[in-house]
Amino acid sequence: MTTPAINWFKFASPQSFYFLAGRLWPWFAALAVLLLTAGLWVAFFVAPVDAQQGQGYRIIFVHVPASQMSMLIYVVMAGWAGLGLALNTRVSGMMASALAPTGALFAFLSLVTGALWGKPMWGTWWVWDARLTSELILLFLYLGFLALQSSIDEPRRADKACAVLALVGVVNVPIIYFSVKWWNTLHQGASVSLTSAPSMASTMLTGMLLMVLAFWMYSIAVALARVRVIILARERHADWVQHAME
Amino acid sequence: MRVSMSQEMGTTSVLWAVLQREVSLAMRQKGEVLTPLVFFVVIASLFPLGIGPESALLLRMAPGVLWVSALLAAMLSLQRLFSTDYSDGTLEQMALSTTPLGLLVLAKSVAHFLLSGLPLVLVAPVLGLQFGLDERALGVLVASLLLGTPTLSLIGSIGAALTLGVRGAGVLLSLLILPLYIPVLIFGAGAVEADAAGLGAGGHLSLLAALLVVSLFFAPLATTAALKISLE
Repeated sequence: MTTPAINWFKFASPQSFYFLAGRLWPWFAALAVLLLTAGLWVAFFVAPVDAQQGQGYRIIFVHVPASQMSMLIYVVMAGWAGLGLALNTRVSGMMASALAPTGALFAFLSLVTGALWGKPMWGTWWVWDARLTSELILLFLYLGFLALQSSIDEPRRADKACAVLALVGVVNVPIIYFSVKWWNTLHQGASVSLTSAPSMASTMLTGMLLMVLAFWMYSIAVALARVRVIILARERHADWVQHAME
Repeated sequence: MRVSMSQEMGTTSVLWAVLQREVSLAMRQKGEVLTPLVFFVVIASLFPLGIGPESALLLRMAPGVLWVSALLAAMLSLQRLFSTDYSDGTLEQMALSTTPLGLLVLAKSVAHFLLSGLPLVLVAPVLGLQFGLDERALGVLVASLLLGTPTLSLIGSIGAALTLGVRGAGVLLSLLILPLYIPVLIFGAGAVEADAAGLGAGGHLSLLAALLVVSLFFAPLATTAALKISLE
């Protein structure tokens, strides 16, 4: 008889996940700080000045990781949501709601840094480019998720309703992206392209990679820390929470 | 009792019965059908007042303005899609019946289109004339609305089910659903513009039809899941 090395379903209970998350999140937080320090150091002091964009380009070290995180988190969130609906596990819904604010934050950060970069480079804060528009719509989807979550009092029902919304959203994200892209080419609006960037210096790439990893670690650490709070709030009447709080 | 009844009736006649019920309920409360329609006309008439009466500008904006107004008008009537059935217990009986809830939801969505989408399609040409669209553009506009508004009803039913019995459902519904309406808006308004630009509206209309087919399949499933959560 073989027993699996780790019984994953053990962590489907809020209690054991609470303690697992408590053990894990400081490590991810420490990694995030380390990588962020290294990444920012490379971004500000090692990476050369861009020939065309000057110092201003350095904002992409925050912009690119934030954008990709905002998209990734939505998919991960929908994954947790789907898992929660399929297996009826409570922790899945809690993870989805723990991820949503971070995703919304990154979508917002990506739009703000994009605007700050766009003003000196393109001469405008905003263009109705396909990527910008879809990022904005992604932010709306996050806000819808958060609004639905906060307007349903019963947490289990809120989790399930949000799970359906997240799954509907994740099916729609590619449809929205391509429709916005075709809309943009039809209108021939702003003829600027982000893809025309010249091949990056290897130190720039290193800096970018470090920042991306730092953002990953940050997101994991924050989501785990937040899910602990959510678990405590929802399970506050359970005995183990009373013991854990003492 | 119920089992024998639905066995007698068969699926298509159950769908027909739901459709008839929705229509006759709406006919007793004509205001519910007319209010979104009047709203559509009022919103579309506000744009020229806000922008100015230059006919070239209005002609350029007409498809977008009419489509955005249609979106908002469809949104207005969505809240009532399930709420009365929810409060008087009919929805629970529907969930308990032997006919799959997904089919009943589909019938309700079709009824919603007939009562809110179709009147918009019929009024839109008149508004289009106000904006100076010619016959050809009006034809494309009507075709795009005819293909697009059923999709609005279907996607909207997901939002209506999710916000059932939730506080501040009206505003929440628009926050949830409007981002999902964007593809329909783009291809709907785009069809008229593409036709005007000499590109032909065929591509856009085909994409609208594709969206309709996809949502015809998936939206009732998602709505059913959402309704079951609300009824728990």
